[in-house]
Amino acid sequence: MDAALSAAISIGFHGVAFAMVLYLVSVGLSITMGLMGFVNLAHGVFAAAGGYFMTTLMTRYGVPFAVSVALATLAVAALAVPLERFLYRPLYGADELDQVLMTMGLVFMSVAIGKYFWGPTAMPFYPPAALSGQIDLGFRTFPTYRTFLIGSGAILVTLLWLGLERTRFGAMIRAAVDNRRMAQSVGINTSQLFTFAFAFGSALAALGGGLGAEILAIDPGYALEHLVYFLIVVAVGGLGTIRGPFVAALLLGVSDTAFKYLLPELGAFFIYALTMVILLWKPRGLFGQA
Amino acid sequence: MTITARFLAALFTVTLAGIGIASAQTEIKVGVVSTMSGPDAQPGDEMNKGIDLYVKEHQKDLPAGVKVTLIYRDDTGANPDVAKRLATELVTRDHVNILAGAVWSPNAAAIASVATEAKVPFVIMNAAGASITRASPYIIRTSFTLWLVSTPIGQWAAKQGWKKAYTAVTDYAPGFDAEGGFTKGFTDGGGTVIDKVRMPFPTDDYSPFIQRIKDSKPNVAFIFVPAGKKATAVMKAWNDLGLTKAGIKLVTTQDVMLDEELPNMGDAPLGIVSAGTYSNAATRAANQVFLNAWRNAYGEKPIADFMSVAGWDGMAAIFDVVKQTNGKFDGDAAMKILSNWKTTDSPRGPISIDPNTRDVIENVYIRRVENLNGKLANVEFETIPNVKDPWKEANPPK
Repeated sequence: MDAALSAAISIGFHGVAFAMVLYLVSVGLSITMGLMGFVNLAHGVFAAAGGYFMTTLMTRYGVPFAVSVALATLAVAALAVPLERFLYRPLYGADELDQVLMTMGLVFMSVAIGKYFWGPTAMPFYPPAALSGQIDLGFRTFPTYRTFLIGSGAILVTLLWLGLERTRFGAMIRAAVDNRRMAQSVGINTSQLFTFAFAFGSALAALGGGLGAEILAIDPGYALEHLVYFLIVVAVGGLGTIRGPFVAALLLGVSDTAFKYLLPELGAFFIYALTMVILLWKPRGLFGQA
Repeated sequence: MTITARFLAALFTVTLAGIGIASAQTEIKVGVVSTMSGPDAQPGDEMNKGIDLYVKEHQKDLPAGVKVTLIYRDDTGANPDVAKRLATELVTRDHVNILAGAVWSPNAAAIASVATEAKVPFVIMNAAGASITRASPYIIRTSFTLWLVSTPIGQWAAKQGWKKAYTAVTDYAPGFDAEGGFTKGFTDGGGTVIDKVRMPFPTDDYSPFIQRIKDSKPNVAFIFVPAGKKATAVMKAWNDLGLTKAGIKLVTTQDVMLDEELPNMGDAPLGIVSAGTYSNAATRAANQVFLNAWRNAYGEKPIADFMSVAGWDGMAAIFDVVKQTNGKFDGDAAMKILSNWKTTDSPRGPISIDPNTRDVIENVYIRRVENLNGKLANVEFETIPNVKDPWKEANPPK
């Protein structure tokens, strides 16, 4: 019984840690897709870019972990601004198919660019000494870095929720998500807001890509390989919400880990079945607005 | 342009080309089907660097007036239909004398029929599916099979007195081969496989599977996943869940303890034992020659691995054909030489081709990960000489 309990705790813990990585990367997509109605399949590119910048700073230039994460996040946010202006903006009113084609093209380009500059292998990532090894939480030990990931996810969801619910900027975004025309006519500069929100969403992706590099390794195929996860989290959670992707990521991360543990051969299929059931029941996702 | 003018131009070009060949030299074209783009480009990159390096170092050893030209084609990953089309084009348009490469087993199987039809030798430099050499009489293989690597590590594990094993492999064909090889070696040696798990291909976090292994308390676990970041992910999960501390041993193959992936794993793999056909850290003279050439051409990074060496050796076999025939051979003459080919100075030690199966015979080394001058390396400590693919021994052709 003790062993079973210990296994259950371990599975729950690893599931939550995996969920946090999914959440960190995907929440930005929920914001940009929900706000702009833009089918941005290239979201993972920003996460990969964040991961590449961070690991390069750390391994090649010996920059400390925290500084690397911050710099990588800022760099990606800066990179996102011209991309939004010149590539995304012309397609705001376009067909979803056009948007899919453009962003999918970006994904393929990112694969080639990643390979060209950083080579085909995954980037090495070692957590700093303080975050590696095991941490003793009193009743048992846990891997330190995964504990740190869970903590970061919890802090980020709180900050985002407060930011979106309690600040003027958040209110402007919510207004634009609900009714763009109305928001415009009450004097909100939605064009500027879009650029800012896009950069913000991309920065979140970069943060997730960097912090999550321990679990989702950074390599050229990153944006393509994990695209399905990001889309599932956003679709199940609902567009334009902060809570939605959090709950969806927890659900998917924990159930994916648990089912891979209990029924390893069928485990990989389970999250797709779960996604289908949830979307049949709530086509707009768990927290999506009608 | 009028039709006559076009005809004259064409005639002119053909004549020029003819003069070019006659006056300059015999050109042996080797068509390499490899993976150069897309998310799975890494193994192809390693193989191609081995191929290029051999040509660069040994072009000068060819008979006067003969040169070898490489024509690369990119199959972009495990795409048998693309591979087959590329091989067909190489044969019909580029008139290659030899086909080579093949990172993926399904691709190699698809190219096999092209080789048979065109009677063009096909030198497989990576694809490791055990049965593939039977797909065409024009195939030889210079890499390895997973049976060849996994059976000895099963035998070795049984010899350590470990009784209970757990196997965990990725749920695809090479995984089944690895599982089969280990299971045979281990049970023949008197051990029992108490449980096994086949892990889905798209797995990023291996902790649920590693937790299962921990729960069933075997003496030893055998794990096989595709080389690269999945191997790193496995090692991280193994370390995170503290299996070594729980007294469980881990054995694996060179795919998981890939030389170039070791730097990504931190200290996690220290002490892990694996079976492999090649280690970058091998002290053989031939390996030093190879590594010096590699460093001169490519620098310290990338790190050569078993795929680079299989490409290098495959080219060595092709060069021997060219040397022995002075560059004048047809498919059947080349196959006669290729299927009896052997060398004592491969970076992996002595290797040869088994004339009966046209598959490689080579040493399997048992290696342990150690810290050599601040870098992790697979240090060979036991050699099982001249291993033939055990799958073919156990499953004779019908």
